[in-house]
Amino acid sequence: MTETDPIWGRFTLDSLPFVQMIEDPSLNEMIVNGGGAVFVAGTVLVPLLLTYFKLWKPLWNDWLISTDHKKIGIMYIVFSFVMMSRGVAEAIIMRAQQALALHGGLIEQEHYSQIFSTHGTIMIFFVAMPLIAGFINYVMPLQIGARDVAFPVMNQISFYLTVAGGMMLMISLVIGEFSDGGWTGYPPFTGATFNPGVGPDYWIWSLFVSGIGSTLSGINFAVTIYKMRAPGMTMMKMPLFVWTTICTAILMIFALPPLSLATLMLAADRYLDFHFFTNDLGGNMMNYANLFWLFGHPEVYILILPAYGIFSEVFATFSAKRLFSYTSLVYATMCIAVLSFTVWLHHFFTMGQSALVNAVFGVATMLIAIPTGVKVYDWMATMYRGKIRFAVPMIYGIGFMFLFVIGGLTGIILANPTIDFQVHNTLFLIAHIHNVLIPGVLFGMLAGYHYWFPKAFGFRLNETWGKISAWLWIVGFMVTFSPLYYLGLLGMPRRSATYTDAAFEPWMIVSGIGSLIIGAALFAVFAQLFISILQRKKNLSPIGDPWDGRTLEWAIPSPPPVYNFAILPLVQTRDEFAEAKMADRAYPEPSEYEDIHMPKDTSLGLWLCLLSIAWMFGLVWWMWWMVIACMTGMLLAFIAWTFRIENEYVIPASQVREEHETWLAMIRETQPVDRDEELTTLNLGYAQTELEG
Amino acid sequence: MDNGTKLKRHPGLNLIHGHGYEAKNETALFGFWVFMMSDLILFGLLFAVYITMIGVTAGGPGPKELFDFTSLGIQTALLLTSSMTIGMATFALKHPRCHWQLVPWLLVTLALGGGFLYFEVTDFMNMAAAGGVPSRSGYLSAFYALVGLHGFHVAAGSVWMIVLLIQLAVFGSVNIVKSRLLRLALLWHFLDVIWIGIFNIVFFYGWLYG
Repeated sequence: MTETDPIWGRFTLDSLPFVQMIEDPSLNEMIVNGGGAVFVAGTVLVPLLLTYFKLWKPLWNDWLISTDHKKIGIMYIVFSFVMMSRGVAEAIIMRAQQALALHGGLIEQEHYSQIFSTHGTIMIFFVAMPLIAGFINYVMPLQIGARDVAFPVMNQISFYLTVAGGMMLMISLVIGEFSDGGWTGYPPFTGATFNPGVGPDYWIWSLFVSGIGSTLSGINFAVTIYKMRAPGMTMMKMPLFVWTTICTAILMIFALPPLSLATLMLAADRYLDFHFFTNDLGGNMMNYANLFWLFGHPEVYILILPAYGIFSEVFATFSAKRLFSYTSLVYATMCIAVLSFTVWLHHFFTMGQSALVNAVFGVATMLIAIPTGVKVYDWMATMYRGKIRFAVPMIYGIGFMFLFVIGGLTGIILANPTIDFQVHNTLFLIAHIHNVLIPGVLFGMLAGYHYWFPKAFGFRLNETWGKISAWLWIVGFMVTFSPLYYLGLLGMPRRSATYTDAAFEPWMIVSGIGSLIIGAALFAVFAQLFISILQRKKNLSPIGDPWDGRTLEWAIPSPPPVYNFAILPLVQTRDEFAEAKMADRAYPEPSEYEDIHMPKDTSLGLWLCLLSIAWMFGLVWWMWWMVIACMTGMLLAFIAWTFRIENEYVIPASQVREEHETWLAMIRETQPVDRDEELTTLNLGYAQTELEG
Repeated sequence: MDNGTKLKRHPGLNLIHGHGYEAKNETALFGFWVFMMSDLILFGLLFAVYITMIGVTAGGPGPKELFDFTSLGIQTALLLTSSMTIGMATFALKHPRCHWQLVPWLLVTLALGGGFLYFEVTDFMNMAAAGGVPSRSGYLSAFYALVGLHGFHVAAGSVWMIVLLIQLAVFGSVNIVKSRLLRLALLWHFLDVIWIGIFNIVFFYGWLYG
């Protein structure tokens, strides 16, 4: 390592892209700094608005220090929507660059490389991961009849570590640069020899810290499901979303450590001159490829399984039918979870294994299609002869069913090593991954967003804007990514800022137009939210069951009280709330109430977040005093917290009684609505059930 | 859990059938087992990396030049004995008759852990003096990462033990401190198991084939 300043490390004024723009005002620099300017404007504007509207205190008390799984879940989703805005903006820049590439393009090669690296990193780790963690956090404890997760403070810490990782990506916009090594960060390209700058270091530490957060989340979710289910809820009575959550949690527990380890080993190579993945002195980058994909492949199932769970709930609810073949869905989910650990090598078929090894992993990959196919047929059979309502989640669901199957089939094509040798590293692969992640994960999450929004906030989202948004996503996705399949077959490599073959250009322009439609779709999501908040009085559903739901989260008020359940439910059947409504035993009036113990709030997570941001910043810029100070600070903050041994407060039974009886009285005074009136102002969330079994 | 006595609460590990803090302790303990499973993956992968790196010394010193089996024997003896002493501490935690022995056994464990770390660090320094530094070769990088991670765990466990000793002094043996001690003991035994793997694979197997 070269000599650096003891205080400022290797940071100089030239590290600021802003300064570079002043020295060289080109379109490229403008675009690069545009993102940074938006981030800076946001960080200035948000505190000003908070001060103007006097919201600091409620923000602090109700949200930032909260250990309530519902609040943390909502914060995860807000965070991922913010990050998604940046990810989609980058996607549009990339599509525009390639559409205009033969005419000079918009940005330079180096910045294009940074943009595809941040796009991938953001979308996987700071959009998809927080979205699933958010939905699991919010919904899973409600579905199993629990009052919180097993470890509420650890849950808060997980959230804040994810945010800290995301903040590093934001900071890299304004100070220094981000990695140009793609979201996979393969050494030796990202090693110190080829890439001595700060970019890969930003990438390493943001993934390491958020990866620790995700590991802790996985532990938390698994233990919550194993230990905190309401009495009577045996494993085979759990809602399917809970089943997919337990599988995802198990994958997180076992699949995140390889990522943490791979990033740490890369850091050791870069900082301490180790030789794990270097070209000289015995380093072996194949170890990195194996470690990274031992994480990377289960990761895609970590993301998709909760989406399967959400769709299972949506198809059953909006078809007014019991889920077809629950047992086969459970076994299929488990099969996918196990198989996901047996296929990682298909990400590098071309990197020198023998034909036999490739064949084994190719076959293992194809096997995953079997349980996935089982699921698709189960969902179709669930809809068959159901009373289907084409509400927004169902539009996403049906879009998912058509498009995801195409994505799955192209996956089977790629699983064949002989074909993979032809199309690997082309846009075919890019089309495939987006074809499973957008119609699969993202549509699932947006369906879930629409489905559970009234649970979280007590009013429904605007249906018209929801439909506009859903159709824009579906069309935008098809227009953007169908051309990429074709271009991939023509042989266009991925990650190219430009190309020479004019035959690519028309398809690139189509794809660029598609990305604008996706941009419009994201805009429609935000417009829908804004309009829905304005119109909230028209769409209230305080009683809590606006969709004639089947599972326990619909049996409580919207938004739920902090303790979720006034009386813990005694579960007798699968789809407990649906059965209760059919047997006319929903909304029971308990004779006695008990004091409820709830976890106290704490600011520990927030401190760890701020200190870990500073810690990472110090590491990236070699400000060693800051690294040591922040590590000491984190350790002391945590130890100090362990000295607070009274971690619970009591909600007296009288208060629980009062709140619960007010709600029960509201139900008695309300006229239940049937499904024809589901989308009208009459739907206060008291369903006249049309379920028949 | 009102129905806890009649209904089987859940399949799998049901350590304690009870109310309130007992159920909470059981949840915390189970969570710690799950954490150790995750931690074990880190060690397992580093073992795998180490095995692929055996012999990759790039002309630098290898196991035959660097390992000191006398010191390793002492480290093994210290760590395995400390596993026994922390076991005695958990006995003292459980049985009121010998409860007074809790702190002495913890102090003995801490001393043994400290001794282990002392010999390990001395070994590392001797190896470095003989040219065996992690930047010398892929093999040594893998060696220091794996053995170092174990040593880091022992050090972290020792810090945890010191914090718990302070908490025992401040709060007495209240429930939450007892539960934490139980988890620390689990970690300590876990580190022993890892050390047995390290001794066999890193040192013995590495010495045979390196």
